[in-house]
Amino acid sequence: MHNRKHKPKLAVWKFSSCDGCQLSLLDCEDELLAVADAVEIANFPEASRAVVKGPYDLSLVEGSITTPHDAERIHGIRRNSKFLVTIGACATAGGIQALRNFKDVKEFVSIVYARPDYIETLKKSTPITDHVFVDFELRGCPINKYQLVEVLSAFLNGRKPNTPPHSVCVECKQRGTVCVMVAHGTPCLGPVTHAGCGALCPDYARGCYGCFGPKETPNTSSLSSWWSELGVSDRDLMRVFRSFNAYAEPFRRESEAHEK
Amino acid sequence: MPTQSLSAERARRMKSSTIKVDYLARVEGEGGLTVKIKGQQVTDVKLRIFEPPRFFEAFLRGRKFSEAPDITARICGICPIAYQMSACHAMEDACGIKITGPIRDLRRLIYCGEWIESHALHVYLLHAPDFLGYEDAIRMAKDHPDEVKRGLRLKKAGNEIVRLLGGREIHPINVKVGGFYKVPDKKEFCALAEELKWARDAALETVRWVAAFAFPELDRDYEFVALRHPDEYPFNEGRLVSNKGLDIAIREYDQNFIEEHVSRSNALQSRLKERNSYFVGPQARYNLNFDKLSPLAQEAARGAGLGPVCRNPFQSIIVRSVELLYACDEALRIIENYEMPDAPAVKVELRVSTGYGCTEAPRGICYHRYRLDDRGVIVDAKIVPPTSQNLKTIEEDLGQFVQSHLVIQKDRLQWQCEQAVRNYDPCISCATHFLKLHLESE
Repeated sequence: MHNRKHKPKLAVWKFSSCDGCQLSLLDCEDELLAVADAVEIANFPEASRAVVKGPYDLSLVEGSITTPHDAERIHGIRRNSKFLVTIGACATAGGIQALRNFKDVKEFVSIVYARPDYIETLKKSTPITDHVFVDFELRGCPINKYQLVEVLSAFLNGRKPNTPPHSVCVECKQRGTVCVMVAHGTPCLGPVTHAGCGALCPDYARGCYGCFGPKETPNTSSLSSWWSELGVSDRDLMRVFRSFNAYAEPFRRESEAHEK
Repeated sequence: MPTQSLSAERARRMKSSTIKVDYLARVEGEGGLTVKIKGQQVTDVKLRIFEPPRFFEAFLRGRKFSEAPDITARICGICPIAYQMSACHAMEDACGIKITGPIRDLRRLIYCGEWIESHALHVYLLHAPDFLGYEDAIRMAKDHPDEVKRGLRLKKAGNEIVRLLGGREIHPINVKVGGFYKVPDKKEFCALAEELKWARDAALETVRWVAAFAFPELDRDYEFVALRHPDEYPFNEGRLVSNKGLDIAIREYDQNFIEEHVSRSNALQSRLKERNSYFVGPQARYNLNFDKLSPLAQEAARGAGLGPVCRNPFQSIIVRSVELLYACDEALRIIENYEMPDAPAVKVELRVSTGYGCTEAPRGICYHRYRLDDRGVIVDAKIVPPTSQNLKTIEEDLGQFVQSHLVIQKDRLQWQCEQAVRNYDPCISCATHFLKLHLESE
């Protein structure tokens, strides 16, 4: 890094989201000034009114595509970015706002807004990867800030980020948390959910609710039968898979299997 | 073009102009602002919100009551606790239960954590750079490294409270209707209490630091609205009161406030039915509850030259710092008196009813209303975030501010307009259910 003539340019972009994932960068209280020293923060409106023109070495994209304008805007960002990394469940799976994908969005608009004709929105909330090539996806609702620092460090140093794709179960074993499902009969999405949070919920005596989305090769139907044996209804199973990563393929299919 | 009309054209242009900010920075979410000036008159001020709508109130229908705290937290990554607290209190109101004792205290404590985190973020990283003339806190850190480091450590101290009680800083996982999934043992607070003692001293320094800034003048006849509780500075409970006679129970909110949809905006604007715009947030709370601040916070406010009422919104940074100090003081008081409860949560008995909740988010009152069926499924939901309640007031502030500062150079005026918007620490992600700045002279 020190040999570089120019500091790499970092840009942060927002689409439909709660701002929590980009806030994760400001939440790196101990690392923020070091990160700001290693890169040129070229576009980060939440933190700065200064804007530097592209092209950018690394673009972090938060949020999902929900408007015709945003569906256009993402292409310009891709063209201006050497690497494009999506951060968080909205950008990687459509987010909680993808619940509209299962309903008629017109009805949604009329429930919330007095003048639906003022609102311009797409029928579906979709992840960034549905629109442009994405170099890396960082999961989580919200992302884990230490994983974000790892991803920044990896891309700025030309290596692959170390973010394991295994399940939350492995993280429980690593931290020595007793299985809430086996020991207490608490329904838990840990077996099918992507690691990254550090198995927080089981450590707080609750079942995982899947905010990091599906792990690689999840056996969701098997987990659903275990949940059924614990007395969870089909309707509740549908709700459980249909939350912050509702439109991620494995969770979407499983929720649809319990609809009706 | 003949010479005569050229000079006429120039004269016309001199008389009218537009101040325009396409993408307002250092606020949460996406919005812009246009101020149109014709001759010596501000003719129009518009806050435009292009943050895309996400339809929370629509997709909450059909979800279970127990899901509301986790789902509504996702409205805002900066103040998830506010949404979790308002949702929990509304659900508990629907079920006819009232939380008391240590669980109530822990809720107040986690809220202190969010206020410290959010206020430190705004005071140091988002607002102070305006007063000292920097584009952002990172550039400010080159000349003021000790202050920025103090701000970051304060922010971290607040986040530590949220992390300990909530599991993580953003979208905490330990809050539920009835209480918590797990509550800490008293000894788990030891390290945190030490850091909070440092934070309390640092917050006192913060009040002194910001009090020395130069403040543009702005004084308007505001209606401040905040919660007021007989025994304490408000977080989770109280009556909704104002300096113009409003005094209602939370469940009377809908009879007194109305939301309007304006064409340029994906946010709804709120106003009082009987009067009009109103002002929520730290200044409203302070002006209506000064007597409930701790002696340390009151003394710091007086030391900073504030009386029990502070109306200049540019001085909100001092008030926010006083609240930062109060939140550290209050957190330490709660930790000192804490005894671990027997159970982490109270059992919830369902019934068909409507519940109302309103709590003090860092940016002001956050109102929730839910109607539940006999199985605890949400039939109807209404959520009013703080920023949509301040939108009208922000527009009016800008109108008056620009009108009285037309002689200032345009670049500087534009920056001060942005600063005037940031006085309210607006959270556009929340309000969309906000900012670029356009100052336009015709």
